[in-house]
Amino acid sequence: MPADVLIVLVKVVLTLVWTLLLALFLTWVERKESAVMQDRIGANRASVFGLRLFGLFQPFADAIKMLFKEDFAPTFSQRALHWLAPAFSFFFVSVTMIAVPFGDTIRLFGRDIPLQVVDLSAAVLFVLAMLSLGIYGILVGGWASSNRFALIGSLRGAAQLVSYEVAMGLSLVGLIMVLPSLSLSRIVDFQGGLLFGFLPKWGIFLQPLGFAVFYLAGMAGTKRVPFDMPEGESEIIGFYTEYGGLKFGLFMFADFLEVIVLSAMSTTLFFGGWQVPWLGDAGFVFPWGGRIDVAPWAVTVLRVLSFNLKVFFFCWLQILTRWTYPRFRYDQIMDLGWKVLVPLGVVNVLATGLVLAVR
Amino acid sequence: MSQAWRVIKEIVRGSAITARHFFVNMTFHTLRLFGIRTKRRGAVTIQYPEVKKTLSPRHHSLHRIRPRADGKPSCVACMLCVTVCPSECLYVEAAEDADPEIQKVPAKFVVDLNRCCFCGFCVEACPVDAIRMDTGEIRLASLTRAGLEVPLDKP
Repeated sequence: MPADVLIVLVKVVLTLVWTLLLALFLTWVERKESAVMQDRIGANRASVFGLRLFGLFQPFADAIKMLFKEDFAPTFSQRALHWLAPAFSFFFVSVTMIAVPFGDTIRLFGRDIPLQVVDLSAAVLFVLAMLSLGIYGILVGGWASSNRFALIGSLRGAAQLVSYEVAMGLSLVGLIMVLPSLSLSRIVDFQGGLLFGFLPKWGIFLQPLGFAVFYLAGMAGTKRVPFDMPEGESEIIGFYTEYGGLKFGLFMFADFLEVIVLSAMSTTLFFGGWQVPWLGDAGFVFPWGGRIDVAPWAVTVLRVLSFNLKVFFFCWLQILTRWTYPRFRYDQIMDLGWKVLVPLGVVNVLATGLVLAVR
Repeated sequence: MSQAWRVIKEIVRGSAITARHFFVNMTFHTLRLFGIRTKRRGAVTIQYPEVKKTLSPRHHSLHRIRPRADGKPSCVACMLCVTVCPSECLYVEAAEDADPEIQKVPAKFVVDLNRCCFCGFCVEACPVDAIRMDTGEIRLASLTRAGLEVPLDKP
């Protein structure tokens, strides 16, 4: 029994480290990618003993800066809640990562260890629930600031997130109808099959419309430009108006974590998770004939790499989107959510039901 | 419906443009990282303290007084620059010179960069072409106001 506890502890720590490191370096990727897109160079001055490494130390410099800032809370704010809000934001986002499978089972010290912290039987619902709870970070932050502008910002943000949650839930209904289970590990296992004999049975091929709605709703859920109603940088009435230093840093960090969570969920639900196309337990079996045998350890490595690559790709895509489009107006966001994504989600559910009934 | 397709087309086009910039620039960055010379650079950035842009010949930088052949300032302290200066940033004190050929010399010639707007009127007003703004010195910063009062007659 202690061994089991130890295994879970190690997995939790590794997952947390992976997530936090990725989030930390996403700040660097965001700066560099936006710079390269705009023909600039981007942050490259942070150095350790003259070693610059393309500014890879920039996230640490930022973290140190945030740490040494004054921990400021306005006198009119409600102290306890003001403290809790960033913690809410951070916790509810990072906790979703425990449900994500990073790879298949590995055999270590005579034990089968699945590369997933907990295999929840209703993991999809768990993730949706935790992402919904993340709204409390915004609401409490705006409320505890006792600042009308912060409150307006937080209410706008909550309205946006709540309406996009509907679309997100609907987009997943179609997928859940097709998939055998709500458990993420079984969903990924299922996606290892083949569609029409040659296509990997990924969610994107089963539910293309569902993926579009899910991804857009998820992007709105990350509350970054172009869906940055809660922050409202250009109007300065975001819910972090009264936040500074490390607490503000935690909010920003939670945003990057949400980018990772959305990437991980898109990968797991729609892009086969850790599945490599046509890679079975013994090696590649191509539908056009021919096979390449791969050692079991190499299969595991390939699968973990595949998961990571997919997650990186989606992070890249989200940053590209964030630096391409101007932000929406509030009514446009509401229109997109209620008049486009929700009907599309319903249409997707109906179409899926029709196909399933006819088949 | 057709409008929806137009919107989607534009959305995709926008992403395609930024993605093209990203991949083209990344290609050049990568090639140059491995020491392969390319005609184009990955970014248009000039990394200032290490790399400096060549200034245009007509650029107005810090003033200087042209010296005579013997090294003394060629200014004749006629005060035309002081008169024409819109910012009133020049301070000139005239003095006699031992050489009878030279009417006057500046005993003091100070430009106050706190006030100077780099219009270049002093350069145009000078009858003997003594003051010029072509030193190329553009790093004009000081921690004190006094540090920006630059004496020009001292070499």
